[in-house]
Amino acid sequence: METKNVMIVGVGGQGSLLASKLLGHLLLSCGYDVKVSEVHGMSQRGGSVVTYVRWGDKVYSPVIDKGEADFIVSFELLEAARYIPYLKKGGVIVTNTQQIDPMPVITGAAAYPENLVEKIAAAGIAIDAMDCLTLAEQAGSLKAVNIVLLGRLSHYFDIPEEKWMASLEAIVPAKFLDVNKKAFEIGKNAGK
Amino acid sequence: MKELMLGNKAVARGLYEAGCCFISSYPGTPSTEITEEAAKYNEIYCEWAPNEKVAMEAAFGACLAGKRSFCGMKHVGLNVAADPLYTMSYTGVNAGLVIAVADDAGMHSSQNEQDSRHHAIAAKVPMLEPSDSAEALAFTKLAYELSEAYDTPVIIKMCTRVSHSQSVVEPGERSAPVKAYEKNIAKYVMMPGNAKRRHPFVEERTKKIVEYAETAPINRIERGTGKVGVITSSTAYQYTKEVFGDSVSVLKLGMVNPLPVKLILDFAASVETLIVIEELDPIIENHCKALGLTVTGKDKLPMIDEFSQSLIEKALCGSEKESLSLADPIPVRPPVMCAGCPHRGLFYTLNKNKCTVLGDIGCYTLGAVAPLSAIEMTLCMGASVSAVHGFNVASDGDSEKHTVAVIGDSTFMHSGMTGLANIAYNQSNSTVIILDNSITGMTGHQQNPTTGFNLRGDPAGKIDLESLCRAMGFARVRVVDPYNLKECDTVLKEELAADAPSVIISRRPCALLKYVKHKPPVKVDNDKCRGCKSCMKIGCPAVSMKNGKAAIDKTLCVGCGVCGQMCAFGAIEEN
Repeated sequence: METKNVMIVGVGGQGSLLASKLLGHLLLSCGYDVKVSEVHGMSQRGGSVVTYVRWGDKVYSPVIDKGEADFIVSFELLEAARYIPYLKKGGVIVTNTQQIDPMPVITGAAAYPENLVEKIAAAGIAIDAMDCLTLAEQAGSLKAVNIVLLGRLSHYFDIPEEKWMASLEAIVPAKFLDVNKKAFEIGKNAGK
Repeated sequence: MKELMLGNKAVARGLYEAGCCFISSYPGTPSTEITEEAAKYNEIYCEWAPNEKVAMEAAFGACLAGKRSFCGMKHVGLNVAADPLYTMSYTGVNAGLVIAVADDAGMHSSQNEQDSRHHAIAAKVPMLEPSDSAEALAFTKLAYELSEAYDTPVIIKMCTRVSHSQSVVEPGERSAPVKAYEKNIAKYVMMPGNAKRRHPFVEERTKKIVEYAETAPINRIERGTGKVGVITSSTAYQYTKEVFGDSVSVLKLGMVNPLPVKLILDFAASVETLIVIEELDPIIENHCKALGLTVTGKDKLPMIDEFSQSLIEKALCGSEKESLSLADPIPVRPPVMCAGCPHRGLFYTLNKNKCTVLGDIGCYTLGAVAPLSAIEMTLCMGASVSAVHGFNVASDGDSEKHTVAVIGDSTFMHSGMTGLANIAYNQSNSTVIILDNSITGMTGHQQNPTTGFNLRGDPAGKIDLESLCRAMGFARVRVVDPYNLKECDTVLKEELAADAPSVIISRRPCALLKYVKHKPPVKVDNDKCRGCKSCMKIGCPAVSMKNGKAAIDKTLCVGCGVCGQMCAFGAIEEN
């Protein structure tokens, strides 16, 4: 099988590491070779952060380059737009519609682009956008945004739901399991 | 059982399986998790030392005592620990001693992108370079065997992509060989007479390790279909395989110092074209050239930044993948100090007082970023304190009335104390501000000698900064709360005006620490807000302007109240 690529992007501190951990566990349990690459350190302080998840028969490089991502999973709308050059032709963006202003926007040095979802769709890019904060709140915790997103991503994967649940059980602490299972279902059935 | 494991965790697993008993390290991205993960094994004693030199010397003492030991650091940390390293090469070891150094090509979280292989060459110490987590585990275990077999410390060279990537490993069992300590003055006392007798040993040892490198399984050839041969190592190997697959032959080097000779010559003779693909400096390439080989390398590949499959493909094949983009410019999202960061109020005060600020290494380096734009120099750990002294002594005029050094608590313990001793000793009228947020912040909350807790979070010795500074001879030691702008301003003005050296301790725990209790978010009274943007001057990510009025992001605000102190109209209220 050709190597598949998911980029998880967001703003430092949003919880993308748990999402990549869960994906990594899931894909390994499906028998694939898997590599996950993370960023730690200074960029975590509210900066733009990226995690790469790659799987296939044999995966060499731990990073995803421009034009290679099958999916971009984004915790924040501007970050989804930022990494569009990494998307493969025919790739899909699964994104939270939450907007977090970066410092140049806060100080007025730059503007947050308007109507990004529409503009991305108009550029012929498949975008599946949803208000994950509200969906996570419905599930019972604002912190479940990552699982809402993964739930939606699962819609595009040919992996049985039991496998996803097994990985959730292995990665998420028991006391948060119910909330996260609910968040997964809500995410799976959300979107367009 | 197979599992996905972070490269750093795989080194820790290798340490465990190899029977390592003692670890002393200093945190530094991207190396930190090696020691944090190793600390989860009860069989291994683990500590944070004040700096890398102390850590390496402690690990040396432990290996002398007969226990397999380890010391981990980032690339610039090895500069600090270079002193013991270069002479440990002469003494050799008793039980095995392994050092991990993590380079940061691409400078994700560093002040330079030096290539640590130079240290291994200069210190004449073997260096192994894993390319994924499975190798990180296996090479760590092998490093102990080599260390004891050849009587030398061995370095494991990591890099950001190997340290912070997860790949598949299969963990094994632990076995812990122990040696007895034996007095051996000729081997362990490096005074000139003994060192003269040890240096020939070092040169002989290198020859023997080169022989090992010629046939070592970690230096392997993967035959391909074409007539091109690539010599590579580390993560560059992964990119090479990603681009070329089996269409080229690859000599994959697991040991990057010393480099083999016959193996490389034979490999070169077996191919028509030879390419060396290595990140940063042309070390393998220069070795090949010294052997008289014609190679392609840095003539096509850069010496800066990390590589990727696209970069190699573009440089060597001239092809590029198609990529999409939007017409709209996307504003950058640089890292910023967190909402509620205690450093913010202090930097605002320094900026307001038009201070020249010599900075240091930590989260607070972000004090150089707009709108605070307060820091004017950052070099290396501890340099702020030493440099402010030099700056003040050398400046014509009254620089000491407006110049300060800022340094974090952990960085001060690492390398700031000696600079402070210089100020006390050579008596410049310098002002040093210790930003005491009670933790090592940027690397992800590691304890240090001022916090009162050890690596495992248990109560430990606690160095009192005020007493320490007074003992060094500073009569003027002041403590301020950086959430209180008025207090910061008053004390700063007094200490800059004073005709004596002084230390100001700006004390408030990191806002991200779990034990820190936050207040509810502040509120803007829209009737009082005049939209003057005074509150924006502190550069807090939770404060912005919406429809001409200040607005607070409730998901970010921790109620520190610094923005409220900026408002002349009382429009920002605490809840």
